[in-house]
Amino acid sequence: MEDETFLTDDFLRQLINVGEVDILVGLPTHNNAKTVGSVVQTIRSGILRGFPRERAVIINADGGSRDGTPELVTGVSIDDMRPTTNLNALRTLHSISTTYANGAGSGAALRTILAAAELLRAKACIVISPESARIEPEWISNLLRPIYRDGFDLVAPTYRRQKFDGLLMTNLLYPMVRALYGVRIREAYMPEFGFSNRLGSRFLAQNGWNESGNGAGIELRFTLAAITGGCRICQSFLGEKEHIERRAADLVPTLRQTVGVLFSKLESDFSVWSTVSGSRPVPTIGSEHELLLDPMRVNRKRLREMFSTGVAELESVFRSILSPSTVGELQRIARLGEEQFQYSAELWVRTVYEFAAAYQKSVISRDHIIQALAPLFRGRVFTFLMENRSASANEIENNIEGLCLEFERLKPYLVEIWKSRE
Amino acid sequence: MREMIVSELTQALHDLARGFAHYLPRLIVMLILAFIGWVIAYVVKVILRSILQLIKFDKLSENTGASQLLSKAALPTATEVVSRFVFWVTWLGFVLTGVSVLGILGLQEEIARFFLFLPHLFVAMFVLFVGLLAASFFSRAALLAAVNANMPSARIISLAVRSIIIVFVFSIVFEELGLAEQTMLVAFGIAFGALMLGLAIAFGFGGRELAQRFLEEKFVRGRKEQNENEDELSPL
Repeated sequence: MEDETFLTDDFLRQLINVGEVDILVGLPTHNNAKTVGSVVQTIRSGILRGFPRERAVIINADGGSRDGTPELVTGVSIDDMRPTTNLNALRTLHSISTTYANGAGSGAALRTILAAAELLRAKACIVISPESARIEPEWISNLLRPIYRDGFDLVAPTYRRQKFDGLLMTNLLYPMVRALYGVRIREAYMPEFGFSNRLGSRFLAQNGWNESGNGAGIELRFTLAAITGGCRICQSFLGEKEHIERRAADLVPTLRQTVGVLFSKLESDFSVWSTVSGSRPVPTIGSEHELLLDPMRVNRKRLREMFSTGVAELESVFRSILSPSTVGELQRIARLGEEQFQYSAELWVRTVYEFAAAYQKSVISRDHIIQALAPLFRGRVFTFLMENRSASANEIENNIEGLCLEFERLKPYLVEIWKSRE
Repeated sequence: MREMIVSELTQALHDLARGFAHYLPRLIVMLILAFIGWVIAYVVKVILRSILQLIKFDKLSENTGASQLLSKAALPTATEVVSRFVFWVTWLGFVLTGVSVLGILGLQEEIARFFLFLPHLFVAMFVLFVGLLAASFFSRAALLAAVNANMPSARIISLAVRSIIIVFVFSIVFEELGLAEQTMLVAFGIAFGALMLGLAIAFGFGGRELAQRFLEEKFVRGRKEQNENEDELSPL
């Protein structure tokens, strides 16, 4: 296997010592000392509860942590859990930690985990985010069982979320992936997921690892590869997803690793998505979505101001990316007051599709195209917040469904501008 | 006396005829070279135009802002300008080679200097194009970064970045062409210094409150984090 050459000798030796396994848990880390200890304990507990007879290994791919994260992963012992859980292992549960070369990049981490899974011939693998402070032992079974027992290739997670969490997911990624690829996966950008050895090996061989830089957004590439590869996909409800505080400056990097990856994949997947019409649900174990309606503090005024400022200041950039009618419409709504402001679903979908086509044509630097989307996304978020501020969980879900249908309805427009736009 | 005049006149006519006979083949060679040069220059122009159209050079020059400059000056598209420029330079090169065949003293040296100048001209054009491209790219990058960081006067920041790069590029271009090097150096120094001083004064006076806010937010971390968390929702 060619890909083993990037693994260190020491890591290979440890893998050889482990031998073949049934279950592999991948844990990509980078300075996660605060949370990783409890996460590893929960993983161990989950394996012992759900798969006590299976041969299992935890592979920690670390991006060069300086806070002792790898030591915490390998240092957690089963003995730490015995007093509270009364669990007994029938087999040794190995923990191996390795540091990959290219700094903190989710791509290098996943590549290491996939290569280890292939070498160890793991039947079912999962990847767990080290930031999942609310992880429960059941998450492990929920992700592993569909692969190990039911023969699925990819298990995507679904979560219980705060109603205004994950707005990029609900307003762009989920509806766009659903409309274009025809598969209703709620969390295409997956912090936790399960996969079969078959899918892992195929992705390891096919993905252009050197082209994708440090591999930001590799999780989304993985999902899209599973869809385009015709793999058996299901969703599994895990539980409450922790609300992670974000700073304003985090939006652009997030857009790069999600929307940027999606736009770039559309180019190579054109022959697949351009022929798909409508969408189909995927089998879901447990609830497909759950919303918490706790009140959240949001500075709506600032969101709208950033949208209006962006539309005014970036006019020349938008004229390169968007059609004149879309620019005109954006300028019109940017002048509206807070109460009248409405970034409609149709305008939002047209905006996103025109951005995708402009990205494909590289009308300006692709990174600049992604950056230019940030103020517009804030405008859409503002409208979403206003529309749903006192909405029930069902009403919010209906609004998301309406947006998804709008993405599906306007798909021919994307195909048209994709083919014809100069 | 009459015989002397006739003899001198005959001699002069004879010299003229000999000189003409001496120069006629060279003149024909020059004309042939000029004609061949025209044909070659035309072919080069057509090929270059096709290549530039193929690589969407007009789109690229639109991104650099060069197209807008050309359209303001009522000039044709960037592809047309470049292909015409190459046509004229190529043809002029052949014509001058032809002229040098005539062997006119003094012209030889000027022609040699022209050919030595050509590489500098091409380098200057290349620097100008890449410079405009860089100015456009970095000014847009500054604009986007400033807008996304919610900084006031994002367009002014972008314009300042563009101006600095363009001034710098033009100073390199003039130096490469060897045009008024000293004047350009002094002018560049004055312009750049004035720009920096202007920015320093502008930020010092105009942006006093902004600087104060920035420093407060930078060093009073708690306040910054509180503001930011209040403003942003987790997108994923």
